[in-house]
Amino acid sequence: MSDLIFESPAVPLSTQRRPYLLPVGASLAIGFLLLVIVAAIAPQLFAHSDPLAIVPREAFHPPGWQHWFGTDQSGRDIYSRVIHGARLSLFVGLAATALGMGIAVVLGLLGGLGGARTDRSVGWVLEILFAFPSLILALLFVAIFGSGVGPLIVATGLGAAPGYARMVRGQVLAVRNAGYIEAARALGHSTGRIISRQLLPNAMRPLIVTLTMGVGQAIVWASALSFLGLGARPPAPEWGTMLSMGRDFIANAWWLTFFPGLFIVLTTLSTTVAGRYLQQRLEGRLP
Amino acid sequence: MSQKTLIVEDLNVEFAGQSVVRHLSFTLEPGKTLALVGESGSGKSVTARSLIGLAGEGAVVRARRLSYGGVDLLGLSERQWRRLRGKDIGFVLQDALVSLDPLRPVGKEILEVLETHHWGDRPSRAARVLELLERVGVPEPALRARQRPGELSGGLRQRALIASALALNPGLVIADEPTTALDATVQAQILSVLQGIKAEGSALLIISHDLAVVAQLADEVLVLRHGEVVEQGPMQQVLTAPRHAYTRSLLAAVPAEHARGTRLSADRNQIIAPVARHIDQPVVLQGHGLGKRYVGPDQQVRQVVQGVSFALRAGHTLGIVGESGSGKTTVARMALALLDADDGQVRFLDQPWNGSAPARVVEQQRRPRRRDISVIYQDPLSSFDPRWTVSQILADALDVADTPVAEQPARIRQLLQHVRLPAELGTRRPLQLSGGQRQRVAIARAIASNPKVIVCDEPVSALDVSVQAQVLDLLADLQAELGLAYLFISHDLGVIRHVSDEVLVMRYGQVVEHAPVDQLFEAPQHPYTQRLLGAVPRLPGAGVALKVPPVEPENAVLLFDESRLWKIAI
Repeated sequence: MSDLIFESPAVPLSTQRRPYLLPVGASLAIGFLLLVIVAAIAPQLFAHSDPLAIVPREAFHPPGWQHWFGTDQSGRDIYSRVIHGARLSLFVGLAATALGMGIAVVLGLLGGLGGARTDRSVGWVLEILFAFPSLILALLFVAIFGSGVGPLIVATGLGAAPGYARMVRGQVLAVRNAGYIEAARALGHSTGRIISRQLLPNAMRPLIVTLTMGVGQAIVWASALSFLGLGARPPAPEWGTMLSMGRDFIANAWWLTFFPGLFIVLTTLSTTVAGRYLQQRLEGRLP
Repeated sequence: MSQKTLIVEDLNVEFAGQSVVRHLSFTLEPGKTLALVGESGSGKSVTARSLIGLAGEGAVVRARRLSYGGVDLLGLSERQWRRLRGKDIGFVLQDALVSLDPLRPVGKEILEVLETHHWGDRPSRAARVLELLERVGVPEPALRARQRPGELSGGLRQRALIASALALNPGLVIADEPTTALDATVQAQILSVLQGIKAEGSALLIISHDLAVVAQLADEVLVLRHGEVVEQGPMQQVLTAPRHAYTRSLLAAVPAEHARGTRLSADRNQIIAPVARHIDQPVVLQGHGLGKRYVGPDQQVRQVVQGVSFALRAGHTLGIVGESGSGKTTVARMALALLDADDGQVRFLDQPWNGSAPARVVEQQRRPRRRDISVIYQDPLSSFDPRWTVSQILADALDVADTPVAEQPARIRQLLQHVRLPAELGTRRPLQLSGGQRQRVAIARAIASNPKVIVCDEPVSALDVSVQAQVLDLLADLQAELGLAYLFISHDLGVIRHVSDEVLVMRYGQVVEHAPVDQLFEAPQHPYTQRLLGAVPRLPGAGVALKVPPVEPENAVLLFDESRLWKIAI
């Protein structure tokens, strides 16, 4: 037997470890969200003029040095209104998401833990809710209870709840069969303690990301409702309401709708990008 | 069949600058079997993968010489590798369920190998698939070829995988842990298939941590540790007269070959304090006529456990042994009252604990008594809340025992000390611990509430043999120190023999034999027990040792004398 032997060069390392950097997109998104949050807490830091001050002779000023985003039909400064609108839009988005998730946790726990019959009933309720587009459902609610910020939050939260509920139920079903739940039962912990200390925290962990993205979604829905005149009432500075008010002048004064719309898009985009980044971090795909 | 020799000289494998295999050399001739033996992390799988060009991304493979049948393997391009794999070198992966495509019938899997290498024409390929399945001992090959991996048992899956590795009559077959995770009788069948391959003239490279399996097949053994060869030589020599201390400790750790009360890990001369094993100890846990039924998706009632009775005395160990699906875990869960019994009842500390209708116990009444019974699982990692540190896990268990929060830190340190873990580990999360450390944490949690009984469900099945030895020793020490009673469930007859006072053998949900441990292993009565015991691979000569009549006092001393142990065994 004769064997041919060659000295073989070592294969170079294909993947070198690089120093860790925050991705550009994620850092932009997180930076923008931070600015929106600061604007919501302290709008006077960014905008000095009164968002409600009417100056008729300065109506329909295009964007310029004096009014960065221009003025509307009543001469109100759009930049100031957009900045001040962050509070309302963000509050509606957060509150609606919290409400939706709250309802979802109750329904999800009922479905996931309540036994086959309860689970089926919850499943039916969810399917019926799913059958309506969320926006129609929210419209129905506003039609019955009237418009305003309160009903706006409830309507948006209700619209989001079924989707979350389904996710919570799935998570609860997965976690309830985890080894550590049985181990806790074997230790002799009460059911209440197991749910509050182990089942819920573990079930909700993967939903943090969904929640982040959900806030952006809720802002869009709330804006849509306001645009239809069912949410915040003018002249309150709310992005959806501003869109609605500018609609009549869209041919001549594009800036009335462009800037509020831009902020809705940017905020939603940022929550989504930040949420995805968070997801990759939590799932360990990034260092 | 090609007559080719595999030559490996000075093989080195690195990952990201870290050396995982160093200076490995061997020659494997046709018809011979070489076994790579070592524990997890020893580099045995990486070595095997390097031989088929699949060492993995970022791996740097260097060797003075790596050739098979005259072909230099180091310089091969990916395309050349593909031509070699499957055709000249067959590879049997460890986990058949993961390695086989779940959506593809197993026959297709084998067919694909033939197609890839353009073997024969279509009808002859189909015939070849059936021939291969038959050769590896798959009954009804025509039917099995159409089934998907999920529809086959573990043993059949493994055989299908072997069949696909053999499809083109490769001159070299590499098998990575081919029998791990299989039941004893199935393991015996797979071993005979592998022996058949060898008899037909192929070279076989087998990777295993199980020395008894290695003893069945190997001509030459190579013991690896941390990527280095610690011992290399003919099988008889390595397994019966090991030169290196590590090989000796591996052999010594095999539980079946050592009597109860002997240490498996280091310090073997120190005998575990004998427990007073009197028959007059009170019964702490008792099952009577236990039964469990499930209604399947086809509305058929399946009786998974039927008429199981047992009695566990304080300070004793009752072993339950059986193959997968025999119902032993179901019995354990009924003993823990995590599962309601459909028939019969369980009494714990002389009070009703679990039972069907008249003897039913409500969980609320049971809960305060749960501190007296605890459990250790096979997979400790999944039994810990992933968010918690070791200290939090133990504190959670101490809450049940009503340990005041102020006393918990001291008690946690004490528990860690009990299970021989350093106190610093308290701040770590289970994911950051090794398998053996995790199981120690699980044991610490189990003893936190000072229980009387611990149900151990395959507690050492996922551990390397030397770690298994340490955990078994720890359990024995704790039993002696704390007077614990164990209900010990395992599929591993060696482990059961080592730990048990009495053994229940289960099959199809029923107890087929119930006897004191020595009686069961020396004179099994039931044909199933006999078959089960016969299927267990043994270290060379160990079978003789097991048949040695009850040792006389002077021989008993010999048994504990490490240096002479193997002389007796031969």
